[in-house]
Amino acid sequence: MNATTLSVGFIPLVDAAPLIIAQEMGFAAEEGISLDLRRAPSWSSLRDMLSYGKVEAAHMLSPVPVATALGLGGAGAPLSAVSVLSVNGNVIGVSQALADRLRGAGHRFAFDDARAAGLALIAAAGRGLRIGVPFPFSMHAELVYYWLSALGLPAPQSVVVRTVPPPLMGDAIRAGEIDAFCVGEPWGSQAVEDGMGELLLPGSAIWAFAPEKVLAMRADWAEAEDMLRGRLIRAVWRAGRWLADPSSRSLAAEILARPGYLDLPSDILDRSLSGRLVVSGRGEERSVPGFLTFHRSAASFPWRSQAEWIGLQLAARTGLDRAAAKAAAARVFRSDLHRAALSGLTASLPTAASRIEGGVSQPTAVPAEAGRLILDRDRFFDGRIFDPDAA
Amino acid sequence: MPRPLSIIIVEPDRDRALLIVDSLRSAGDFDIQVIAEPTSLARQIQARQPDMVLIDIENPSRDMLEELALASGPQDRAVAMFVDRSAEGLSVAAIEAGVSAYVVDGLQPGRIKPVLDAAITRFRMFQRMRTELAETKRALEERKVIDRAKGMLMKARGVGEDEAYALLRKAAMDQGKRVADVAQALVTAAGLLG
Repeated sequence: MNATTLSVGFIPLVDAAPLIIAQEMGFAAEEGISLDLRRAPSWSSLRDMLSYGKVEAAHMLSPVPVATALGLGGAGAPLSAVSVLSVNGNVIGVSQALADRLRGAGHRFAFDDARAAGLALIAAAGRGLRIGVPFPFSMHAELVYYWLSALGLPAPQSVVVRTVPPPLMGDAIRAGEIDAFCVGEPWGSQAVEDGMGELLLPGSAIWAFAPEKVLAMRADWAEAEDMLRGRLIRAVWRAGRWLADPSSRSLAAEILARPGYLDLPSDILDRSLSGRLVVSGRGEERSVPGFLTFHRSAASFPWRSQAEWIGLQLAARTGLDRAAAKAAAARVFRSDLHRAALSGLTASLPTAASRIEGGVSQPTAVPAEAGRLILDRDRFFDGRIFDPDAA
Repeated sequence: MPRPLSIIIVEPDRDRALLIVDSLRSAGDFDIQVIAEPTSLARQIQARQPDMVLIDIENPSRDMLEELALASGPQDRAVAMFVDRSAEGLSVAAIEAGVSAYVVDGLQPGRIKPVLDAAITRFRMFQRMRTELAETKRALEERKVIDRAKGMLMKARGVGEDEAYALLRKAAMDQGKRVADVAQALVTAAGLLG
């Protein structure tokens, strides 16, 4: 059988794993497709490659398709998120100078308390704190805005959030351009390795179940190519399930480390896959359950409420109409297409398409289409909830 | 007479930057500046208030420019990625050539076109040069591998250079492979055997 080749763009990050593994471990071949994986130089270029049909699907920051639907950035071709590729996986780090000041003030870098870490950071850096994020429309930016404004540092009045491509984050810190950063792995671990700074928090300490990357397609392509769309969603879902098995971890790290993919030592990649992060140059280690999630708790399911949360955060910051933004965002996360692709598999998918974000404080069973579905904790650090019906 | 368009070119390589500037100058009278340093790119651009920004699509600093679309202060001029909705498909041509244009809000398409046309032509040339360079490198690599394989055959079988090459070529033809691939296989296998 001749496999249909789909070109799929990715950014060299650990959370591109479901796409890389789908191709390398034969999950794509099982569906009669082959993935031509193309490494992109930047998120804006990858978004444009997708918009202009240079690739059929892409590894994408979850807020990008939502921002596009809101007319923020890009060429305006509507994009759809048909799966969530990964949940969580970001880290917040501080420059070495700031880390020393935090330690001097008694902060213990416990890596689990966003309130304590945030208050310590505000006390040590004060107003005018500058934080680098990879892209203006990213979960990194959303987490930083949410975290600091909840602690009384609203942007842009008291904190500056700047776009710095992760490979240039070290230069920006050395040049005194930024004091802290929020990046995806392996860049956090690489920063520690390079003696550039220390890690303060995992993103999951701010929001315990933040949709990080999505599988994005042009909306018209997703509608027209229902067979290919379904095959790709299934291949990637199986890859995510394989990645969730702890025994897959070292092989996954070896594959991701290859020159065509991340081109980095596999032991650095293993840190985020195992959730055991080295947070300082002295080798202190912190273990974070659920640091980066591909499969558990229906992680691949694109909840409409996730898109609505992102849409409303973006609208609040850019002065767009809230109701219109919420409606436009809701159409971007295609839980219907995800569900259709996985029907008949052993996937435990929720029967609902929307939920109260931040409402699960301990693992809870919810109605599922097949089998049992336990939703993991998804709390925001400040205990607020997002009820899409009330927003 | 409207004032000339102000254009910023983001390009770390000095020679390339000069070539782009030359192309644009031949297309019209523009006020052109080059930024080579990626540090605080968005703020450098904001301070200079250009009408247009051109950047190589392969440049990772490009993501910094996306911030400009959000510029919302009273003095800020929103700059967005150029998207043309005309039949000419300039945006697609630009992306294919490897250049991305950010244009200030409200600029007339007629004023953008000559700049983009010139930039697209120049970037196509860069792309061709890049492909040619990659091709040359590959050919050079292959020749080195073939030379090594020839040397190994000459030593192992006590034959001359021409005969060693004939052996390689015959093996390649028999297997329906390229000579370079057979040579590579031989070199790899020899490496494994020690």
